[in-house]
Amino acid sequence: MIQLSGISHRIGGAPILNDITAELPRGKLTALIGPNGAGKSTLLRLIGRLEPLQQGSIHIDEMDLTRTPSVDLARRLAVLGQQTQIASRLRLSDLVAFGRWPHHQGRATARDRKITAEALETFGLGDLSHRFLDEVSGGQAQRAYLAMTFAQDTDWLLLDEPLNNLDMSHARGLMSRLSGLVGSAGKSVVVVVHEVNYAAAWADHIVALKDGRIAATGTPDEVLNAGTLSALYDTEIEVARHQGRPLVLHH
Amino acid sequence: MKHPLGVTVAALVPLTLASLMTGAASIDVFAAPSDPWAMLVLMESRLPRTLAVLLTGAALGVAGMLLQALVRNRFVGPDTVGTGESAALGLLAITLLAPAAPIWLKILTAAAAAMAGTALFVAVIRRLPPREVMLVPITGIVLAGVIGSIVTYIAWQTDLIQLITTWLMTGEFSGVIAGRYEVLWIAGAAAGLAWFAADRFAILGLGEEVATGLGLGTKGIMRLGLAVVSLVTAMVVTTVGMIPFIGLVVPNIISRIMGDNLRQSLPMVAAAGAALLMACDLIGRLVRYPFEIPVGTIMGFVGAGIFLILLYRKPAHG
Repeated sequence: MIQLSGISHRIGGAPILNDITAELPRGKLTALIGPNGAGKSTLLRLIGRLEPLQQGSIHIDEMDLTRTPSVDLARRLAVLGQQTQIASRLRLSDLVAFGRWPHHQGRATARDRKITAEALETFGLGDLSHRFLDEVSGGQAQRAYLAMTFAQDTDWLLLDEPLNNLDMSHARGLMSRLSGLVGSAGKSVVVVVHEVNYAAAWADHIVALKDGRIAATGTPDEVLNAGTLSALYDTEIEVARHQGRPLVLHH
Repeated sequence: MKHPLGVTVAALVPLTLASLMTGAASIDVFAAPSDPWAMLVLMESRLPRTLAVLLTGAALGVAGMLLQALVRNRFVGPDTVGTGESAALGLLAITLLAPAAPIWLKILTAAAAAMAGTALFVAVIRRLPPREVMLVPITGIVLAGVIGSIVTYIAWQTDLIQLITTWLMTGEFSGVIAGRYEVLWIAGAAAGLAWFAADRFAILGLGEEVATGLGLGTKGIMRLGLAVVSLVTAMVVTTVGMIPFIGLVVPNIISRIMGDNLRQSLPMVAAAGAALLMACDLIGRLVRYPFEIPVGTIMGFVGAGIFLILLYRKPAHG
């Protein structure tokens, strides 16, 4: 369980998060949803210690985030931010292999190599593994970063808008894989998603943020209804049902 | 090229031999074991010079590669971001404040000043918008210019212009004899040590977020990288002067060929840096034999040419 208590955060004086207290359950696929600027990414980045915590506390299972050495965290929690920076010129196989770094610190074992190869295969990068990161498409690079995060093989997986740049089939494949990790391997996953229907179709637990506060939490059935979503996005939204799960109609 | 490292090392052997055989004194280096005069020239002049060139080329290449990984920009080298000028400033300061200081203290001061200057550069470029790639090298050039002019001003006021020209002017190896190049071994050792942290530098090259996610202390790696870059640059500037382009061009060429897996590519960068500088030094020594053209001048011609080719050619697909 990730326990968030009293988290407030400002960037350049502007309040981004206001006194957030919540629990993210273990062994579930949790989706963070909400309008642009709601603070979803900031919250995820705080949990992944990509931003320094200004106020409040975060506990990941028994670990206090600010007191646990970064390298110990890296064996328990993998975090992938949005890749907005200029790519380095690494081969995809080298990039994915770096996902094992927290476990071997430079001395890769046969097991590390096996996990790396599996991660490459899982994301359909087998044939591209010798290509350089700056020579593949945005979607392929995104899959390589995801494969690196998978190779890290941690209890917790935090992904900030992982569906960016992915086409329909790869997006669906990723959500299905995340759901599989939760179901079969007992992992816990937290994703920021923009398209609410991916949350509707795959998430076990939803945290909706608006203006830096928690607007709603609960199962998809509890959160994804016309009333809550219309208020969340300030837009008239209908919700239908499809194969036993909510289907959000917003076009 | 299937084995770029093998090819480069193979090219280094004849270059090194040629360097040992080239010089104003007409001696037969192969007769050195039996000819004390040839032996003296070899051990006091030819060998130190050859080693100095090899060490400088290799260390500057590695320093350039590290710097480019640390600031995530391909268009900088230790000679374009103010590192050398800062080293000169440190050396000038200790020369004025404590002229009797032992040599190791002077070297240490130069390295510390170089590190402070490079850290200042890194701090400044962090505030630049990340997509404005060209602002990074421009900032470096401006910073180098500012620090360089401070050095010149102080030297002018204190009648030390002659002293600083050896550091700030185009570097050359003609003054290298035994006893006057040995600190370059420190540069070589620093570059060699960097290899042991190669994976860490490569991960930091992916950006601070990825590095943090993988549990790396980014500040520590940044400091280690800056220390290596500064140490290498300070040693080179204080012994042979500024050598342009090696730290800029060589990492670019090797990155095109081998990518940025530094554990694999750093030895190649070192070998290629040594080979390129050795070739340029030989050209400088042979064009107007027995007179010399400074290697920095040759390197400026050759390096600028290579850099232009690199800018206009797309990287080869690997």
